[in-house]
Amino acid sequence: MPVSPPERPSALQLFLIFARIGLTSFGGGLSGWMLREFVQRRRLMSEEDFLNGLSIAQALPGVNVTNMAIWIGYKLRGRNGAIASWLGIVVPAALVIMLISSVFTSLAGFELTHVALAGAACAAIGLSLSMGLTAARRVPRQVFPLAIMAATFVAVAILQWPLIWTVLVAGSLSVAVTYHRG
Amino acid sequence: MPAIALSILAVFLPLSLVTIGGGQSAVADMHRQIVDVHGWMSATQFVDAFAISRLAPGPGSLLATLIGWRIAGFWGALAATIGIFGPTALLIYGVAHIWSRFEGARLLKALEKGLRPVAAGMILAASYVLINALDSGWIGRGLALASTALLMATPVNPLLLIGGGASCFVLLHMAALV
Repeated sequence: MPVSPPERPSALQLFLIFARIGLTSFGGGLSGWMLREFVQRRRLMSEEDFLNGLSIAQALPGVNVTNMAIWIGYKLRGRNGAIASWLGIVVPAALVIMLISSVFTSLAGFELTHVALAGAACAAIGLSLSMGLTAARRVPRQVFPLAIMAATFVAVAILQWPLIWTVLVAGSLSVAVTYHRG
Repeated sequence: MPAIALSILAVFLPLSLVTIGGGQSAVADMHRQIVDVHGWMSATQFVDAFAISRLAPGPGSLLATLIGWRIAGFWGALAATIGIFGPTALLIYGVAHIWSRFEGARLLKALEKGLRPVAAGMILAASYVLINALDSGWIGRGLALASTALLMATPVNPLLLIGGGASCFVLLHMAALV
């Protein structure tokens, strides 16, 4: 017996699904979770559609999670779906971060708050650095990409050039060369 | 919208388009503009906000929302959020819209592969800038490196790790080391 296609979620349902994803996501690893939710569990889109969206979300600028929310929302419900999914992933989490920040501000009178926050910051930098090292590991061991990576690092970290120009120059050069090598 | 919110919007709008490989890559430039160019926050306040944004759920780019909120309240938060998410949201929306007619597999592959070293360089630069902004000396740097090693070697929950970093400093403080 053929399985009847599941009903497409409404814009409100998309908002709620992405709100839940946004509020339970700590430190990444979300694409696997979205794959389970939309492809495997609810069967709302094909795996190929999902993976196409994922590689576009990663190639284009923007946060992968928010890009994916817009991609999935658009596929399932057009413009309204894209807007609802985007609002779902951003707005509830934005309110929570301001709430957390206010809690810290109201505790600002205690010296321990600053000490704890400084310790949290040190550990949090580990998240950034480990992500950078993981990204660096995925760079092909060839002269050109390694030189692009080093040049980008020096331009941003040491010379403190504006990111826009660095990305425009290094990015287009790197993409053009990669495209021609095909 | 007050004038300061417009200035905040003007800072984050262009930054949106360079968040390749996730919001993490724009942190170095956010720091440069917010702390060095405009002087809206001190380096310590910036690192505090960064820590809070890692503690909180949701996309890491909500750091922008938090910075806007700290500088100029509601309007600042709104301006920063629209700035950092708006342009890329329109971009992916446009691509999703034309994807069915778009035979861009090869270009897409070149985009993804070609931008990889740029993203890696930017994220490493962000870590470098953040480590330099720490005012807790070699203990802080050591903790940052230890946390990096733990994250790379074990599937530790990042939230636990950050909580561990905070407790570690509180204990060291009680032992009068920081």
